[in-house]
Amino acid sequence: MTVPAAPTTPASSAIAAADDTLTIYERSQPGRRAFVAPALDVPERPLDELLPARFRRTRPAQLPEVSEPELVRHYHRLSKRNFDLDTGFYPLGSCTMKHNPKLHERVAALPGNARLHPLQDERRAQGALELMWNLQEALGEIAGLPHVSLQPSAGSHGELAGVLLTRAYHEDRGEQRTKVLTPDTAHGTNPATVTMAGYEVVKVGTNADGGVDVEDLRAKADEQVACLMLTNPSTLGLFDPNIAEIAEIVHGVGATLYYDGANLNAIMGITRPGDMGFDIVHFNLHKSFTQPHGGGGPGAGPIAVSERIEPYLPRPQVVRREGAPPASDGEPVVAGYAFVLDEDRPKSIGKLRGFQGNYGVFVRSYAYIRSLGAEGLREVSEVAVLNANYLLALLKRKGVAEYLPVAYDRICMHEFVLSGAPMKRELGIRTLDLAKRLLDFGVHPPTVYFPLLVDEALLIEPTETETKETLDRFAEIVAEILREAAADPEIARNAPYSTPVRRLDEARAAKQPVIRQPL
Amino acid sequence: MTTYTSATDADRRAMLDAIGVMSIEELFADIPGALRLDRPLALPSGMAEQEVYEHLKELASRNVSAEDEISFLGAGMYDHYVPSLIDTLLSRSEFLTPYTPYQPEISQGGLQVMFEYQTAISELTGLPVSNASVYEGPSAVGAAGYLAKLTNGKPRVLASRGVHPHSRETLATLARGYGQTVEEVPLKDGATDLDALVAALSDDVSAVVLQQPSFLGTVEDVAALTAAAKKVGAIVICACDPIPLGILEPPGAQGVDIAVGEGQTLGNRLDYGGPSFGFFAAAQEHIRKMPGRIAGETVDVDGKRGYVLTLQTREQHIRREKATSNICTAQALNALAGVVYLGWLGRQGLVELGELLLRRTAYARATLCAIEGVEPLHEQPVVREFAVRIPGVDVDAVVERLAAAGINAGYRLGRTYPEYADGLLVAITERRTRAQIDRLAEALEQALAAERGGAPTEVLA
Repeated sequence: MTVPAAPTTPASSAIAAADDTLTIYERSQPGRRAFVAPALDVPERPLDELLPARFRRTRPAQLPEVSEPELVRHYHRLSKRNFDLDTGFYPLGSCTMKHNPKLHERVAALPGNARLHPLQDERRAQGALELMWNLQEALGEIAGLPHVSLQPSAGSHGELAGVLLTRAYHEDRGEQRTKVLTPDTAHGTNPATVTMAGYEVVKVGTNADGGVDVEDLRAKADEQVACLMLTNPSTLGLFDPNIAEIAEIVHGVGATLYYDGANLNAIMGITRPGDMGFDIVHFNLHKSFTQPHGGGGPGAGPIAVSERIEPYLPRPQVVRREGAPPASDGEPVVAGYAFVLDEDRPKSIGKLRGFQGNYGVFVRSYAYIRSLGAEGLREVSEVAVLNANYLLALLKRKGVAEYLPVAYDRICMHEFVLSGAPMKRELGIRTLDLAKRLLDFGVHPPTVYFPLLVDEALLIEPTETETKETLDRFAEIVAEILREAAADPEIARNAPYSTPVRRLDEARAAKQPVIRQPL
Repeated sequence: MTTYTSATDADRRAMLDAIGVMSIEELFADIPGALRLDRPLALPSGMAEQEVYEHLKELASRNVSAEDEISFLGAGMYDHYVPSLIDTLLSRSEFLTPYTPYQPEISQGGLQVMFEYQTAISELTGLPVSNASVYEGPSAVGAAGYLAKLTNGKPRVLASRGVHPHSRETLATLARGYGQTVEEVPLKDGATDLDALVAALSDDVSAVVLQQPSFLGTVEDVAALTAAAKKVGAIVICACDPIPLGILEPPGAQGVDIAVGEGQTLGNRLDYGGPSFGFFAAAQEHIRKMPGRIAGETVDVDGKRGYVLTLQTREQHIRREKATSNICTAQALNALAGVVYLGWLGRQGLVELGELLLRRTAYARATLCAIEGVEPLHEQPVVREFAVRIPGVDVDAVVERLAAAGINAGYRLGRTYPEYADGLLVAITERRTRAQIDRLAEALEQALAAERGGAPTEVLA
């Protein structure tokens, strides 16, 4: 394999580089424009008559002035300064960077979806409501829980919904609880959510096998505990075989068991959170169900819940009403039933956002589920787990395992954690250096320094959409970087070399924040 | 084998050999047998791409969208034109398929977009600090309430009844979690009642929440309301529609502490309510408690300008239970549409668009209110939306008659404001021409006549 060398920057490229990094505001020239307003076809009344001067802005917002070609070229060029999933391997643990099928963009853009107003009369949005209802049913089946709300906008929003549902459930029973348990392996969103929902976070330890420390849980589970938030498989990529006992302990003190669905990709069609004893589950439609990640959203975080939690679900809820639609209704409705948005939910926690949720995301995820069907979804999880274990096997070989041992040496699920601690000790390069050197090989690094309880952690999730050859190549690259570091650790320490910019001064950015362009 | 995976039988054998197991089944050995699903998921079988397309197309065909009717429906989301270049740019895989820019060296495009977006939002709102997006409008109001709670810890929040019902309800949902109570400030003549606000204010008020323009379309006297709230040290949160902000005094200049809002009108589709984005801007003093991602400028080791996610010690992945918000994935792609749209409008274009809306809305209001039996619900200044009353008739039936004529007359206020059961909220965008407004007026007049005369709906169809 050829190792990308540190390139020398020719002086002649300095001009090109400078132009590449101009902002849209720096490209602005007075008088240029991309927009032409539609003709004024109503009387041109003086503005003062329509809007008193004291309400009006005196200095226009300093937006850029650019022509359409410049605007397109600017953002097109910016796009080229991004690495993306369609370009290469993106094994970012816990993020499920799987292929985003291209059909989904086409169906989401159908005018009947894209230009449908969220307050359109339900009778004239039957197709959208049926799609949402179908998706609810499918997600409920996948989770093994009967009731679904699509409303939350992301995983963390689903978590907040789940904890607020728990509060409503307990308060309805006259109980005031104060604590929520989260394992020390939990995603940061779990404890942050708990605080926002007005509870105290109590951490539960991890046992030697990477699972919940059941004795610690038993000691901390009391009548003040409202909920245990759990990811299973955990952020270590391990399925907790004690889950039934954990559920029993949690339910024994009257608490709810919450499932963080970030890792659902490992178990679809194989086992179900509801069958494990979970009361509330959130899905990340941008992870397991292929909504493109968009550089940090949009996503969607629907929740599925058990019977006892159902009365508190956010409103509105999409429901299917049996029987003929009202006689006055002249709209076409599928015979026998109609879909409605049910706002009449007296015990509901209320709304978590406006309208019905991120419908465009629902369209894509629904298309995915219909493309794959039951068999396909199961195959997704099987291959996700196969790919992860295969990559782990490759990385357990000599030349890698001495420096990057697996944190918990077991069969993993869809992802696994390596520790870079020996690499740091023996070769003098940190996990961060390895990650930065991977950039020179055209690979997105794994999640680094998470989960927190593994020193110098690398969390690697290949996903089912990668080929064996891609995994082979990744393992070779890691081995090569380690060989290279053994010879000269400075190469990794100063990487990357081939990216649009090199290591950035994050301390400076935080100390003297410049978060907008001065104009 | 699904078309989205590529493990052939030969691959599987080779991979299982390398792992040292006989079957894929063995990889799931940690899952106790009793917890295994012993049947296939009860879901329909998979379909070919073209079959899925046809199914989705059939479902979409059963929706009546703004493509199919002349729509005056707004109430929080608006049928603005989305320029072609937004479709082109957003479909680039480099924007569409990466995740949060955790590795800034290979994410300069996305990070610079965030920086440019933050600049634009800061300009629009007149506030120095903007994050890179939150979910959407109403939850942004809830997030602002939480920032107020973190800042002063006081128990009461006062929200104008002119704030979008979804925002008020979202705020109340979240506030129950973080321990604040939300009280309503009534309207008077269609605007927030300043006297009632003053009467409700006291030292224990954490925040006052306003909306500009209000749900009824009213341009509120934000400066006066803000001044009153500031007297008792309350934080002022204003939910804004960004298009009218092109011609309205920016909230930052009126003393508002936190300006939030629904960003859909900036280059995003209606999409039946989402995904869009929420924006969140605040005064400098709130910079270290803001929710969400923030991009900041810095330099690399060679001294080149670059951007990183910054002030991350606010965030959940660093601070966990001490984080100032739990938000992680937000709406980066939709915010990109927002900043491209603002670049497309440009400095002059945003003003021209605002003035066009102002004049067309005034025309529509005058035209509708000239109809016998239609009167303004209030006389306050409006920019893009206005409310009328149609007393003495069944507004639902009138709206239904117009729908049969291919016109969506607007939002029936009775859906959320019982006191305005005869109210109709009519929204105008640059897509609604004078001819369409005239057609609405004509159809409304006929519908009213028919409704009073008891003629059947078909008359108009």
